[in-house]
Amino acid sequence: MFNVLTEKLNGVLEKFRRQGQLTEKDLDEGLREVRLVLLEADVNYKVVKKFVDEVKQKALGENILQSLTPGQQVVKVVRDELVQILGQKQSELNLSRYPSVLLMVGLQGSGKTTASAKLAKHLATKVDKKVLLAATDLQRPAAIEQLKQLGHRIGQPVFAEGKTPVQVATGALDHAKKNAFDVLIVDTAGRLQINEELMAELEEMNQKLEPSEILLVADAMTGQEAVNIAQAFDTRLKISGIILTKLDGDARGGAALSMAEVTGKPIKFIGIGEKPEDLEVFYPERMAERILGMGDILGLIEQAEAQLDHADAEDFVRKVREDKFSLEDFRTQIRQVRKLGPLTKLLQKIPGMGQVEVDEKALNRVEAILNSMTRHERLRPEVLNGSRKKRIASGSGVQVSDVNKLLKRFEEARKMMKQLKGKRLPMGMPFGR
Amino acid sequence: MSWLDRLKQGLKKTQENLVGKIAQTLRPGRRIDAELLNELEEIMVGGDIGIETTTALVSELKNKTAIRGLQEADQVMGLLREVVSERLKKAEGRFALRTDGQPTVFLILGVNGSGKTTTIAKMAQHFKELGYQKIVLAAGDTFRAAAIEQLGIWADRVGVQLVKTTAGGDPSAVAFDAVDRALKEQAQMVLIDTAGRLQTKFNLMEELKKINRVVEKRLGREIDERLLVLDGTTGQNAISQAKLFNEAVKITGIVITKLDGTAKGGVIIPIAATLKTPIKLVGVGEEAEDLKEFKSEEFVEALFATNGK
Repeated sequence: MFNVLTEKLNGVLEKFRRQGQLTEKDLDEGLREVRLVLLEADVNYKVVKKFVDEVKQKALGENILQSLTPGQQVVKVVRDELVQILGQKQSELNLSRYPSVLLMVGLQGSGKTTASAKLAKHLATKVDKKVLLAATDLQRPAAIEQLKQLGHRIGQPVFAEGKTPVQVATGALDHAKKNAFDVLIVDTAGRLQINEELMAELEEMNQKLEPSEILLVADAMTGQEAVNIAQAFDTRLKISGIILTKLDGDARGGAALSMAEVTGKPIKFIGIGEKPEDLEVFYPERMAERILGMGDILGLIEQAEAQLDHADAEDFVRKVREDKFSLEDFRTQIRQVRKLGPLTKLLQKIPGMGQVEVDEKALNRVEAILNSMTRHERLRPEVLNGSRKKRIASGSGVQVSDVNKLLKRFEEARKMMKQLKGKRLPMGMPFGR
Repeated sequence: MSWLDRLKQGLKKTQENLVGKIAQTLRPGRRIDAELLNELEEIMVGGDIGIETTTALVSELKNKTAIRGLQEADQVMGLLREVVSERLKKAEGRFALRTDGQPTVFLILGVNGSGKTTTIAKMAQHFKELGYQKIVLAAGDTFRAAAIEQLGIWADRVGVQLVKTTAGGDPSAVAFDAVDRALKEQAQMVLIDTAGRLQTKFNLMEELKKINRVVEKRLGREIDERLLVLDGTTGQNAISQAKLFNEAVKITGIVITKLDGTAKGGVIIPIAATLKTPIKLVGVGEEAEDLKEFKSEEFVEALFATNGK
């Protein structure tokens, strides 16, 4: 586990250690760093306070001060504690009834309608349920239309008949019963703020529908207010879980910790993109690491998985194993990586690499050189003689020495890959300086 | 209700949570010491002011109390108002409305759910009331289901023109058509809606650059206002949003919506303090009248309002 927080903590605690035995006061000093990291991630300050106190007790109890690597130990306690708060409860949906009603609640713009459709798709395709959506947001212009279109896109029916939100909801329930739907997902209207009108409407729905789950849909970018929002909905409606949306951005998502802590309710799903399939089961470990700013390696891997061509990737691994990796594959690989966006952006996701500058132009040159070769040359670089190299250099606007440099680096990389045979996908690729 | 009253009402929660709590801490008779400053820091961070700006504010308070030889806690409130005012004052900005007969073109940007479409509707209504007759809306959110319909309903309600395409169409083309029509029909204003996008999505930010480019090519000049709509309940991610959107297309102003929905409207302070982009509109409610030009004095007045105590 290496990251900024660990480094900071090690730095602080090392300093004290050199002065002798670590004391509780030194630990406090170190925990200040933890506090800052959490606050920067938008975790509610009260939650932070309580959390840091708990971590301190644990750290003292586990005799971390005697440890050789107290910084790492503290971070471990922090992480475990985070995971515990974020995921101590089962996050599976209760779908035991027929139909099971899922009531979706939340503020305006939190992503209720999108989350409803995503959940419908998830349940229909992955859990094999017959799902009905109910559009009860009669307030926002075209909200019903939005759910209808989404329903159409994911191939799930949408019920929207009725004059009031409650009428639509109860009508949908009847319809679901008559037509043997397994699950009814009720999308509701949001408000700019938590007010009486909204809560009264939702309470009435709650009574009439007796939902199996009341899911609070909340924006991962929410700041300190997250606590109030979660508490308000939980007090009035007894929510059963949380769906955290817009986690595909760079928000650290401290709101997750705040809401889980004050309500004691599990985060069940996260929204990680704009497409109907971009809904994922919540993993407490990942969230903990994200809040702590431990880079977003997992996110990077996911992004890669989503955008890279799987067949190509498998092909790549196989070729590396069999030592058949050619310049042709190298070019494919460069193109794949570039699909993910600029390299600097990718590097930001790797802990400690955020500041690294990458010369995108150098990569352009590499690609140009490869493009100037014939397929035959890329597959069998050994045929490259002086005149071929000259042609390639003038074709790609570089010097022959640049072509040689590329070939040399490629050879080195190939040797490296040989050593890695059988291990995981090598990250070091033969580009850069 | 006057705008100041609306503002006061909209900021009430923030006022109570931030300034109210600070006032309790700064009770008369208390001395200014490290503990007091720590408490202030905690309240400010809890109000979404963010670590960086909070630290800056508190150290400024510390310096100023030292320089002025202040020792009593209740003297700090005036200072706080002063340092906050200074920062908000710098962030004031007005719309660059054209007076040369050409349409003023607004490009509205932001992450998903920040309130772009509603902001456009409110702006259109506002300008209509100010006497601008010919306003064209461009339904540039061709991605989200029913976004075009949503803007269409608003266009009908407000009584302005809508230029649109089919869902999934090219947003640049819609923006181009809207500007093209505005120029040909001598409209006074064009408001271009865009699909919500998270600031970290490379391809979507590229799409935004393209919209900007295409519109400016047709205009033969720069777009007048590129407004970033920020949700007032957002935490410190607001800063990242502003930075990355600004990197993609230079934003000329910020609109902060939903400030009534939060007790932590403090996020406006780091926005003002750390970004060079002016805040142009603030929204404190659902009504069209709840979105108005940002004037720092009024805002400070509402934020620091004492409710008779």
